[in-house]
Amino acid sequence: MNEKAILQVNQLKTHFLTIHGTVPSVDDVSFTVQKGEKVAIVGESGSGKSVTSLSIMRLLSEAGKIVHGSIHFEGLNLVEASEKEMQRIRGNEISMIFQEPLSSLNPVMTIGKQITESILMHQKIGKAKAKQQTIELLTKVGIPRAENVFSSYPHLLSGGMRQRVMIAMALSCQPKLLIADEPTTALDVTIQKQILNIVRELSERDGVAILFITHDLGVVAEIADRVIVMYAGQVVEQGDIFTLFDRALHPYTKALLNSTPKLDFTQEELMPIEGTVPPPTAMPTGCRFFDRCKYAAEDCKKEPELVEVSQGHQVRCWLINKENAKTVHV
Amino acid sequence: MLPKDRNKSTLMKWWKLLLASKTGSFGIGIVLLVALTALFAPALAPHDASEVNLAAASLPPVWLDGGQSEHFLGTDRLGRDLLSRIIYGSQISLLVGISSVLVAGFIGIPIGLISGYYGGWIDSVFMRIVDANIAIPVILIALFILGFFNPSLFMFILVVGIATWYTYARVVRSEVLSLKEREYVKAAKSIGVKDYMIFLRHLLPNVTSSIIVISTLSVATTIMVESSLSFLGLGPSAITWGALLSDGREYLATSWWIATFPGIAITITVLGIILLGDWLRDVLDPQSQGSARS
Amino acid sequence: MTYFLKKIAQIVPVLLIISFVVFVFVNVSGDPVVLMLPENASNEEIQAMQEAMGLNKPVIVQYGIFLLNVIQGEFGQSFIYKQEALPIVLERLPATFELMTAAIIISIIIAIPLGVLSAIKKNSALDLFISGSSVLGKAMPNFWLGLMLVLLFSVYFQLFPVSGRGSLAHLILPAITTGTAMAAEITRMLRSKMLDVLHQDYMRTARSKGLSRFSVIYRHGLRNSLLPVITLIAINVSTLVGGALVTEVVFAWPGIGQLVISAVHARDMAVVQACMFVIALLVIGANLIADLLYRVVDPRITYK
Repeated sequence: MNEKAILQVNQLKTHFLTIHGTVPSVDDVSFTVQKGEKVAIVGESGSGKSVTSLSIMRLLSEAGKIVHGSIHFEGLNLVEASEKEMQRIRGNEISMIFQEPLSSLNPVMTIGKQITESILMHQKIGKAKAKQQTIELLTKVGIPRAENVFSSYPHLLSGGMRQRVMIAMALSCQPKLLIADEPTTALDVTIQKQILNIVRELSERDGVAILFITHDLGVVAEIADRVIVMYAGQVVEQGDIFTLFDRALHPYTKALLNSTPKLDFTQEELMPIEGTVPPPTAMPTGCRFFDRCKYAAEDCKKEPELVEVSQGHQVRCWLINKENAKTVHV
Repeated sequence: MLPKDRNKSTLMKWWKLLLASKTGSFGIGIVLLVALTALFAPALAPHDASEVNLAAASLPPVWLDGGQSEHFLGTDRLGRDLLSRIIYGSQISLLVGISSVLVAGFIGIPIGLISGYYGGWIDSVFMRIVDANIAIPVILIALFILGFFNPSLFMFILVVGIATWYTYARVVRSEVLSLKEREYVKAAKSIGVKDYMIFLRHLLPNVTSSIIVISTLSVATTIMVESSLSFLGLGPSAITWGALLSDGREYLATSWWIATFPGIAITITVLGIILLGDWLRDVLDPQSQGSARS
Repeated sequence: MTYFLKKIAQIVPVLLIISFVVFVFVNVSGDPVVLMLPENASNEEIQAMQEAMGLNKPVIVQYGIFLLNVIQGEFGQSFIYKQEALPIVLERLPATFELMTAAIIISIIIAIPLGVLSAIKKNSALDLFISGSSVLGKAMPNFWLGLMLVLLFSVYFQLFPVSGRGSLAHLILPAITTGTAMAAEITRMLRSKMLDVLHQDYMRTARSKGLSRFSVIYRHGLRNSLLPVITLIAINVSTLVGGALVTEVVFAWPGIGQLVISAVHARDMAVVQACMFVIALLVIGANLIADLLYRVVDPRITYK
């Protein structure tokens, strides 16, 4: 195992049992997060990016099940870990923030209680100390009048404040990995930027690794060191942020880039991607992007593999010259 | 040809829906069973309900020592056949149950329509009356009125209906409140359609589902009220389940069956009606859960 | 605070309506004096009563007098007890109140674990059993349930006294009898509410903090799903009191129920009327308390 890696996801397959049968939501996904690294997973809804993050936390709903693969966190395989071990890890070693800060906070519990709850569970300290820590945390994430907020309820705060509370809660036990599942999607643009700054600053200061789930490449540009692009349950391309933005190879990544407004407004026209992600129940046998791809050819009816085209840059596409690449998976 | 076909297919659709729900079919099965028992009571009952036979007094049910096969559920102190009395008892329970609900609907539905549609002080007055009604338990209202009048069957039905009308008024009102904001109602109003036509054409048909559900569940309530009052000795007849139960109370320690079986009859009947009502609610109005509160 | 003033202001018309309906019944049903006095009352007694009640005055004035009397708590003399009706009723109030409170507590104690369990184990055999039992609990007439409990626990096992009031043992069977229907109702409501709450985002957040499944349900789920239960209890207080009245007769519980039923049988209408008002106030009071409680427990509701 790579010594600098904090999280290694290997050939993860997560299925959902539905009335229509078994649905493979995550199909053979592998990636690594290094200590202190900020990795973004990008994809449309239905790409399996959220399911991947919930699989890591082992917080899938009852219908969801990890059927194959491993998730190593600091040497421990989370797929096989007991529920007790998971409870020790959740909120303590790995913590998570969610998309909807309002519905993600308990409406009938004070902010303070919801944060101290986490602290008291994982740390052997008293209530007064936990309260003091909580107020410090709230101040650290930029909440004014933290003492007042401590004893108020979520509905009284603005969306941005609520997400700051979520961040404070997630960082309360100095986790080694923070998973952020679309934390800024429900917020307006100016607040988005503030939240991203807080996440980035805190992670850089304390060396917290971040796995950032988003559909928004603009957000990716703000925060990530490395990007994983997911499509229909698979990784289609991954590489460091500069490679991905300057030399994207997969047609889907390119299309995503063309559909996102650039911050410097150099782009002439936004190009929406036609069509939608195929439903997991009717997945094409070959390349999963086949129906929407401008360059689709006869070859693409066979399943492409993820190949490494240059150091740390992997692509799953037949267009890429196979001779220059070596297959990543065995 | 066409309408008939359509009727047939609607019936088929309902039949399929019913078969799909175990509790629904169970409920309707019980209700049909009780209704048929009440209708054919004279043919089904092995004895006359008030036939006294002191020679066969206080016989236990047939499966216990001393039980006789001609008195399947045993007899009471005067040797009257318990099974026959329970079979005849179903008549009063169903009659009172259903008629009282009709009375309640007759009062409650128009009030709900008017209250919801006109709003304002009319609504306030009616809703305060509903509040007043709810503040006093149904049983107590019935007791109070029955304290003034001799409880004839007709009077009894009226009393129970008057004590329970408010359920209709509340539910119909709250539905009308949202219905009257719909475009077609506003349109009808703007072109000068008369109010009573709006009630009949646009409002009433749209609250039918709720009315069917409330009516069904209300029968369970009224049967419960009827048997409680009968148990308290204020019932409309000596041969009702509640009255039979009350008779058996004194002999609980020696002849437990007299009080036990009429109670089972009430429980099964009410159970069937509740299951039917719940099923109707699921089928007709999937959104609603429990009673609407205004 | 203004909210509660408004709430209390709404009670006034309600009581006016009740008093008016009672007044109408008392007058329509014939000469109230005859009703209020024993059958062998002398002419002088009748006349004195008629004058005391102002029956020779116009109807509206009569209603005014009636209302004034009601406000002062004067419902007339009980001819059975030969004294003012209200004190007789108030004397019985603690017993009924005790029964009611015990019934609510018992129904909550029974319903919370059952409702939560059947939601967590949705569609399992256990859920089916609990859901089935709760429909059954609703379908059983409480007076029958009471008798069956007496048969089983008092006559057969001799664990509890058959009737009367005094010790805790006396209270248990009547409280179960009165509370079962409410317990069934709460179980059903809690199950559906809990099913809803289990899918809420904040439950996932709580799990992501490392709380065990039990703590998540107990600390985060239960409080949220108990909110509508308060409303449910408030709606059903009237029915519960109605049930308590009947239960009192089954267990010879010396409360308002026994009093009012014997009064109806004896046509002691002064007592019946007093009972009506006392119980109406009890139900309205319980609703106010529920309203207050809801506002305390749910921080999202602000006083308007």
